[in-house]
Amino acid sequence: MSNHRIMDHPVLGKLEKTEEITFIFDGKSYTGFKGDTVASALLAHGIRQLRVQEESGNPRGIYCNIGHCFECRVTINHVEGVRSCMTPIEHNMVVESGRLQPVPFKSTEADKLPRTYAEFERGLHKEDDPHV
Amino acid sequence: MYDVVIIGAGPAGLSAAIACREWDLHVLVLDEFPKPGGRLLGQLHQEPSGEWWNGIQETNLLLEKAQKYDTDIRCGVSAYHIEKLEHGYAIHTNQGSFETENLLLATGAAESAVPVPGWTLPGVMSIGAAQVMTNVHRVKVGQKGIVVGVNVLSAAIARELQLAGVELHSMALPASNPATVQHSNPNTVMDGLVRIAHLAPSAFLRFGSKFAKASWVRRLAVKFYPKGGVKMWGMPIHIRKAILSINGNDRVESVTMCRINADGEQIPGTEENITVDFVCIAGGLYPLTELAAVIGCPFRYMEELGGHVPIHSERMETPLKGVYVAGNITGIESAKVARAQGELAGLSIAADKLKAHADLQQHVEDAVKLVATTRADATIQFHPHITDGRHKMEQAFQQTKSS
Ligand SMILES: Cc1cc2nc3c(=O)[nH]c(=O)nc-3n(C[C@H](O)[C@H](O)[C@H](O)COP(=O)(O)OP(=O)(O)OC[C@H]3O[C@@H](n4cnc5c(N)ncnc54)[C@H](O)[C@@H]3O)c2cc1C
Ligand code: FES
Repeated sequence: MSNHRIMDHPVLGKLEKTEEITFIFDGKSYTGFKGDTVASALLAHGIRQLRVQEESGNPRGIYCNIGHCFECRVTINHVEGVRSCMTPIEHNMVVESGRLQPVPFKSTEADKLPRTYAEFERGLHKEDDPHV
Repeated sequence: MYDVVIIGAGPAGLSAAIACREWDLHVLVLDEFPKPGGRLLGQLHQEPSGEWWNGIQETNLLLEKAQKYDTDIRCGVSAYHIEKLEHGYAIHTNQGSFETENLLLATGAAESAVPVPGWTLPGVMSIGAAQVMTNVHRVKVGQKGIVVGVNVLSAAIARELQLAGVELHSMALPASNPATVQHSNPNTVMDGLVRIAHLAPSAFLRFGSKFAKASWVRRLAVKFYPKGGVKMWGMPIHIRKAILSINGNDRVESVTMCRINADGEQIPGTEENITVDFVCIAGGLYPLTELAAVIGCPFRYMEELGGHVPIHSERMETPLKGVYVAGNITGIESAKVARAQGELAGLSIAADKLKAHADLQQHVEDAVKLVATTRADATIQFHPHITDGRHKMEQAFQQTKSS
């Protein structure tokens, strides 16, 4: 499949062959083994980049690999923001990498919002402010 | 309505489930990872006796037992909120809500982040990420890498990478900045290194461990630390070198390393570039406690336990009726301790529910003792003053109860 697999391990033994599964990443077809996550199946093909930072466009890949950091979020079968390190691959799954967003997340109101709970309590917020 | 819902199918959650099923409670175990076993799955180290601690095998033993008692374990289920009901709790997850009389939080630990310039590049990952890729998914994280951060976990996982045929240049410290304080001071790191010396077949480190109590010896060892590092399993460990930055365009291409003095300050003019295609960052572990906070458990910060921890008794109960905790959510320790705590929590839940069973109380007391002896015998210890931390926590629980 690729030279990134650990087929033989001195303590864990041979990698047991399981069912091969084909899925799509950014329009191209890839195979992985049953039990792979989207992140592990892609890394087995040497693919590290899973998204770009939405505003800067800087490349990003996995960080924690166990669901804590959300650095690996991709779109899976049209659902956005899914953690690729926690999602097992399935036949014909369609995975798209995270893209640059057309509208940068900038809030011109940011200075007016309370930054701490203490500020909020002191009334540094507008009555109709939805950000509470 | 379940008798108990257990969040987390690591060693703590699974052994708790087994204990509850042995007493025929109606149990549901939830875990968001695709496979049960938690962080136990990736573990692989050699005990001083020479025997291997193989996390996959240990997980399978627990799963076989759980299956024998027909335990309902559901993976791919993330719990994101807990609500108090009149006679119990509702657990809200991405797969619907579950109502239960009792709740066991066994959510384990997370890795602390250590920011190093360039750390968002693809190819930089936490040391635990590399462990899971290597031992659970059996995928190489790269051709040649470097480990930033020297501690018990990174030393153990560096060895695991080597075993799997992944080359490491060395292990070194992160450069000193306000976010890396504990990890970038050679003296602090040396104090930690002597505690893992028994894992390292190196005369230098064994020398250190003999004098572990004498801090002047450790200071000397830092002062005269060899420039080439001290080799553990053939791989240099540098505590007088630090990583200044991780470099590359779309992915990791190199790191910049420099020499540091015994206080962790950079020695100018010693920078060198090292070609690597991956970097593992090791910042240590902290208890993963958000769900306990959501439901309103009181907390204590305890350095000895690895961070903020929900207050709990030595029977693993919290001050909230029907809410129990076990495993690394109560403090950072090895999997064997988590497993013993899980069994204890399961027995406590059964004893509180089935009050008429006199012998259950005796089982709980035996389980409390088993946790203590497992702790005393642990090969891997993350925090040196763990026993003190446990005593302080018991006091905190008694205070909370009486106030
Ligand atoms: C990355 C990493 C590597 C480690 N490596 C080692 C090692 O090599 N050796 C060692 O001795 N110790 C290691 N540890 C310490 C480890 O925490 C303990 O050894 C042991 O696994 C703790 O058991 P536990 O049952 O408390 O938690 P875990 O084994 O962490 O299990 C907790 C489970 O809870 C699940 N979970 C958490 N939150 C939710 C939620 N909201 N909804 C659903 N499920 C949830 C997680 O998916 C996980 O499977 C490591 C810890 C980490 C984080
Ligand atoms: S890599 Fe951290 S959540 Fe997936």
